[in-house]
Amino acid sequence: MSATTTRPAGTAATGTATGAPSMARDRAAGAGRGLRSVALALASVLLLAALWEGTKLLVPDDGWSVGEVRLLPRTTDLAMPHVSDMVARLVEPVTSARGAPALWEAVVLAAATSLRIAAVGWVIGVVVGFALALVMQRFRLAESAVLPLVILSQTVPLIALAPLVKGWGNKLELGSFVWEPWMSVAVIASYLAFFPVAVGALRGLQSPDAIHRELLRAYAAGWAQTLLRLRLPASVPHLLPALRLAAASAVIGTVVAEVSTGMPGGTGRMILEQANFASSDPAKPWAPIFGAVALGLVASGVVVLLGAGLRRYRRAEVAA
Amino acid sequence: MSAVAVEATGVGRTFPGRSGTSVTALEGVDLTVAAGEFVSLIGPSGCGKSTLLRLVADLDRPTSGTLTVFGRSPEQARLAHDYGIAFQQAGLLPWRTVRANIELPLSMHGVGRTARRRRASDLLALVGLTDFAEHFPDQLSGGMQQRVAIARALAEEPSLLLMDEPFGALDEMTRERLQTELVRICAETRAAVVFVTHSIPEAVFLSDRVVVMSARPGRIRDVVDVSLGRGTDRDDDLRQDAAYFDAVTRVRAALHDEAGHAVRARGAEVR
Repeated sequence: MSATTTRPAGTAATGTATGAPSMARDRAAGAGRGLRSVALALASVLLLAALWEGTKLLVPDDGWSVGEVRLLPRTTDLAMPHVSDMVARLVEPVTSARGAPALWEAVVLAAATSLRIAAVGWVIGVVVGFALALVMQRFRLAESAVLPLVILSQTVPLIALAPLVKGWGNKLELGSFVWEPWMSVAVIASYLAFFPVAVGALRGLQSPDAIHRELLRAYAAGWAQTLLRLRLPASVPHLLPALRLAAASAVIGTVVAEVSTGMPGGTGRMILEQANFASSDPAKPWAPIFGAVALGLVASGVVVLLGAGLRRYRRAEVAA
Repeated sequence: MSAVAVEATGVGRTFPGRSGTSVTALEGVDLTVAAGEFVSLIGPSGCGKSTLLRLVADLDRPTSGTLTVFGRSPEQARLAHDYGIAFQQAGLLPWRTVRANIELPLSMHGVGRTARRRRASDLLALVGLTDFAEHFPDQLSGGMQQRVAIARALAEEPSLLLMDEPFGALDEMTRERLQTELVRICAETRAAVVFVTHSIPEAVFLSDRVVVMSARPGRIRDVVDVSLGRGTDRDDDLRQDAAYFDAVTRVRAALHDEAGHAVRARGAEVR
C-alpha cells in the first residue's frame, strides 16, 4: 500500500503547472514592474516640470486674481524661476567666495546630515511604536487606554514641541553624557514616526484569523509563541507600509525640527538660510527644497528595499 | 493510557445571549469514544456538533457536565498535545512551505530539526504530496491544502484526531478520494477520531459509530452502529455494498424521524 501512488495524475499536473516555473515568472514580472515604476516616476517628474513651465508661459506675470483673491500665483522669474535656471544654479558655487563648493554639494551634505538624524528618529519611532502595539495587542485594556492618547499625540504641533524637547534635553545630566542639539531633532522626528508604526503594527498583530489563532491554541502555544509564529509574520503586510510612512514622517519631522530648534548643518536650516536670497538669487532657495524631496524619496526607498527580503510574508491568504 | 479516548457525561454548553436570554447549544450529552474508534457527529446546522468538538479540543469550555480526554481534563490534554486537529478550512500559514506547515506543531514543541524533517517526509508520502514539499499553500488546490492540513494534524502521532468538516469545502470526487485515504491513514495510525460532518454517506463510510444529533437544544438523538470493518476492508467497493446502504438508511431514518419537518426544512445534507 504505497502512499505516493494514491496521488491522482490530475493534481500532479496542476501542481507542476503552478510550481517552479511560476516562481521564475513571478520574478520576471517583478523586474518588469520595477522598471515600469521607475519609468513612470521619471515621467511624472517631467510632467511636473512641463506644468511649471506651462504655467509660467500662460499665466500673466502678476498671476490671476478674482477680486482680492489671487487664484493663480505670480509667474515672474523671481517667484517661479525657470526649471533650467534652478538646475543650472545647482552646479554653480554656493557663494562667490573663493573655494566655495557647488550648491549641489552643499545641499547633498546638508541632506546627508538630516538623513542620519532622520534615521535615528525612525529607529526610535519604530521601536517605540512597535512596543506600544505589542502592549496594546497583549492587553485589551491598554488598547482602549493608549490608542486615544497615541492619536491625540499627533495633534500637538511640532513647533510647540520643539522648544520643550530642547529644554528637557539641556537639563539632562548623566555623567559625561552631553545632550546635543541633533538629539532633540531626532526625538522630535521619532515623535512623528512612531504613530504610523503603532497603528499599523497593531492592525497587523491583530490580523490573524480565528482559525489560525485556534490552531496555535490547540498546539498549546502561549502568547510569546503565538506572537513569534503567527502574529509577527502575519503583521508584515501591514507593517511595511507603516514603516514607509514612518520614514517619510521622520524626514518631515527632522526638517521641521531643525528649523524650530535652530540646529545648523541640516536641510531644514539650509532652507531657512537660503530663503533670504529669494530676491537676489531666486533659483538658490529651491535647491534645499529639492534636497528635502530627495531625502524623503531616499528614506522611503531604503524601507522598500528592507521589505523586499520579506516577500514570502506577503503571500496572499490561501483560497481553498 | 486509558482505553477511553473521550468521555462526556451530561455535557452542556450555554451561550449568554443579548438582554438576558441565553442560547443552549448543547445539553446533556453523554458520549464515550474508545481508543482507536472512529466516531462521526452528524446533525442539522445548529445541533452543536462543532461545539462538542470544540469542547473536546479545549477551544471552548462546557457550562455543565464533565468531559475527559484520555482520563484528564481537556485543558491538560491540550497542553499535553494529546490530539491533532483539522478544520473545514485548511488553515495553512501562507508564508510557510508545505513542509514547514507540517513541521509547525513539531517545531513548536521542540522536536529537533532532523527528526522534524524525517517525520514531515513520512507524512508527505502518506498524503501523497512528496513532490510538493517546497510549494507554498497558494500554489496548491483546495484538496491538496486539506491533505496538508491532515498531515499536519497527524504530525505528532496523536492518539486522538479531531476533525470539523475537513472535507466540507471540497468537490465530491476529491472528497471521496480523501475519505478513502483517511480510512487508510487511521488504520495505519490507530488513532481515535471524532469527525464532524453534514454528509450521511461520508459518516457511514468512515465511522465505526455515527452519533446523530438534533438541534435546539443540541443533544444526542441516536447512535447508529455501522461496523463495516476496519481499515483496508473499506475501499471504494464498500460504497456499492448492501450493508453500506443499509447503514445509510438507518442514519437517515434516525436523522429524519426526530423533530420532523422543521429539521428536514433546515436540512441536514442528504447525499
